[in-house]
Amino acid sequence: MELIKPGSKIPFTRYRKIALIVSTIVNLAVLAFLFVKGPNLGVDFAGGTIVQLKFQQRATIPDIRQALESVGLGGSTIQEFGQESAFEFLVRVEKTGVEVAALSDQMKKALVGKFGADKVEIRRVEYVGPKIGEDLRWRGTVSVIAATVMMGVYIWIRFASAFGARFGLHFGLGAVIALIHDVLITVGALMLANYEFDLTVVAGLLTIVGFSVNDTVVICDRIRENLRKIRRESLEHIINTSINETLSRTLLTTGSALLVLSALYLLGGAVIRPFAFALLVGFVSGVYSTIFIASPVILLWDKSFKR
Amino acid sequence: MRRGVLTRVIIFAALALLALLFLAPNFLGKKDSTGKTEMPDWWPGFLPADAIHLGLDLQGGSHLVLEVKLDKAIENHMERLKTDLVNNFRDKGISGVSIERVEGTQVQVKVPSASVERVRGILKAEFANLSEARTPQTSATGSDFYMTLNREETRALRDYIVDQSLETIRNRIDQFGVSEPVIQRQGINNILVQLPGIQDPQRAKDIIGKTALLEFKLVDDNVNPDDAVKNGAPPGRQVLFGQVGKGTAGVSAEKVPYVLEARTLMTGEYIQDARVRPGEQLQGPYVELILNAQGGRLFEQITAANVKRRMAIVLDNNVYSAPVIQERIGGGRASITGSFDIKEARDLSIVLRAGALPAPVEIVEERTVGPSLGRDSITQGITSFIVGGAFVILFMVAYYKGAGLVAIVALVFNVLFMIAMLAGFQAVLTLPGIAGIVLTVGMAVDANVLINERIREEIRAGRAVRSAIEAGYQNALPAILDSNITTFLSGVILFQFGTGPIKGFAVTLCIGILTTVITAVYLTRVYYDYRLGARRLERISI
Repeated sequence: MELIKPGSKIPFTRYRKIALIVSTIVNLAVLAFLFVKGPNLGVDFAGGTIVQLKFQQRATIPDIRQALESVGLGGSTIQEFGQESAFEFLVRVEKTGVEVAALSDQMKKALVGKFGADKVEIRRVEYVGPKIGEDLRWRGTVSVIAATVMMGVYIWIRFASAFGARFGLHFGLGAVIALIHDVLITVGALMLANYEFDLTVVAGLLTIVGFSVNDTVVICDRIRENLRKIRRESLEHIINTSINETLSRTLLTTGSALLVLSALYLLGGAVIRPFAFALLVGFVSGVYSTIFIASPVILLWDKSFKR
Repeated sequence: MRRGVLTRVIIFAALALLALLFLAPNFLGKKDSTGKTEMPDWWPGFLPADAIHLGLDLQGGSHLVLEVKLDKAIENHMERLKTDLVNNFRDKGISGVSIERVEGTQVQVKVPSASVERVRGILKAEFANLSEARTPQTSATGSDFYMTLNREETRALRDYIVDQSLETIRNRIDQFGVSEPVIQRQGINNILVQLPGIQDPQRAKDIIGKTALLEFKLVDDNVNPDDAVKNGAPPGRQVLFGQVGKGTAGVSAEKVPYVLEARTLMTGEYIQDARVRPGEQLQGPYVELILNAQGGRLFEQITAANVKRRMAIVLDNNVYSAPVIQERIGGGRASITGSFDIKEARDLSIVLRAGALPAPVEIVEERTVGPSLGRDSITQGITSFIVGGAFVILFMVAYYKGAGLVAIVALVFNVLFMIAMLAGFQAVLTLPGIAGIVLTVGMAVDANVLINERIREEIRAGRAVRSAIEAGYQNALPAILDSNITTFLSGVILFQFGTGPIKGFAVTLCIGILTTVITAVYLTRVYYDYRLGARRLERISI
């Protein structure tokens, strides 16, 4: 079986202008969205408490709220969690401070009082203090940036040996710009889909950085090889040939990753769902950015240097 | 050629056997009551006998981060230092010096002009652990010195307090009875506590978080407690509250004020043992304290000097009881009564035995997962692993046929090695860790895709099968290595950044990369080399 017929000659670099314009607009929109509305932070980063409840039979959000009002927690955010018939709910309490230590105990008493002793179970409690939240937020941001820069530096060093420092730098920069694009697209998709940003989502972003660079590496590696093999043609032609030659590999690998990720997304449970979602978006974006962003950036830089 | 193949087959077979040995405890072992894996009797002692450790998110349990309130402890320390300074100056006959504690951790020393030089000398010579917080302010009447603990002293004190807190918490948890707890210092003033499989997280938190500072103080019966609550306590006195009866949900128990002399006669540091005793008929159980020799003598002196007065037993600023001292009490025994049930009395005896924390602690992070959620997570993880794996198998075989099968066999070995390494390194398997394994299954085929696409290209270019395979492996290798190294790097950053479950993901990701390179590149090669060596290969299924 073959997905891409051998000898395909899709002139990818021809679309580089429109791709760069569209991507820049989308990325700026995500940045604006990020600064105006701000990401929806989970307790890991915002601080606060979440409590996951499971009921033996149908319970409604107003019922739960009514029970929680008796202990002064009526103002909590309550939402359904996981599958429809699981009767699971996530309660988020914004209150912080010392009373947190006894919060789950109070909540349990109030719920047992309303629903009965064996009817409700506290499955999970997560409390993050404001200081820890701020610390995690800082470390999360730094680690995503550090990972992105490190990928660029690795590629720079790796390809500098073949083409000299300046050309290696082009590859590194192309990779970094593509990675920034992928992270921003994923962040934007997470915000649109109303997922909360928590530790697992940041783990997802770091994984995207690690995997998305793979495609760039593979294509750059092929460009390096073709630069030696094909002497007469322009750099643009060589880049296009390289993208075409590696295209079926790119689609196959991403396809196989997307298959397992959909399994994780659909079957892995509600805790892992935002993570799987982030990876699904990030991997698709990774293919796009490698073909339409990383390679043209190399070309763009090379042209501006020659002038 | 054949010989090389044989050697490699033996190596991989041995590796697979080793992997199975590491995984055996998961199938053969039985968990005993403390959560340790027990292997059957015939299993030799030198072989691995540890099942894979499950993270708290899979087996249930509590993850707590406690912050030691250092400021409070340092303030207490400065208060004592202030007393030292006062005594020192008094002994040397320097008068007119007034000392105040300011801004929490500084002492302000106001010195009249006449004594400035002497005080400066004493501070320099005898209080070398202090340094000037800011430059002294000199006016016509004298100078103000602002002293604080110097950097080394602060660090030493800080370390002492945190280490001491950690020891105390460890003692309490040991007595509470939790299997395989983790108690570690984290950063400057945090303590990480992990309690796998505990049933009553609230109770554990209460026991760990209690400062348990026990103080004996005299009650001042000359001041009306209600007046003191209204108008504030007179100098040298303080108002603390005691409880009558028990609170119910939503309604707190009635509180009774006591006026106490602020001076502490004795603290809980002399406690040798604390035991729960059944109370008489209508009373609840009480906790009996057994003091050490020094404490016994001190207690005897105190009680002798204060017969007929009331002595309050204060724990963490709550008055438990305030009995009248009938006579001198020798023998080093005291008791704490109060309205508590047998469980509370037991918890109280645990914290008293383990000793007080040198500083208050506050829970700044808690993640508790119930065992049923952990079981659900495992089921969901395994389901998505099986379904995802099945997708990949179908996909690879449909696309590459024979070569796809070879890649799948490599994938099976990959997962086997990966889980065995997790077990061998005693890494902790978490829910994100399972996601990491699933993801590796999806990504591991990348190496084989790279190789196979390369071989197809070489065949199309007209090469013979043998040289196509050789060129395929050779040319694909740089890209495979580069892409795995970059992913490995991001895994390392993830490990640095992450907490518990995320670390579990980073570990599976990194281990997965190692096993992927080994199986996808070297294991599949063994098969092709065998085929090439056996007979002239005209065609391969790819």
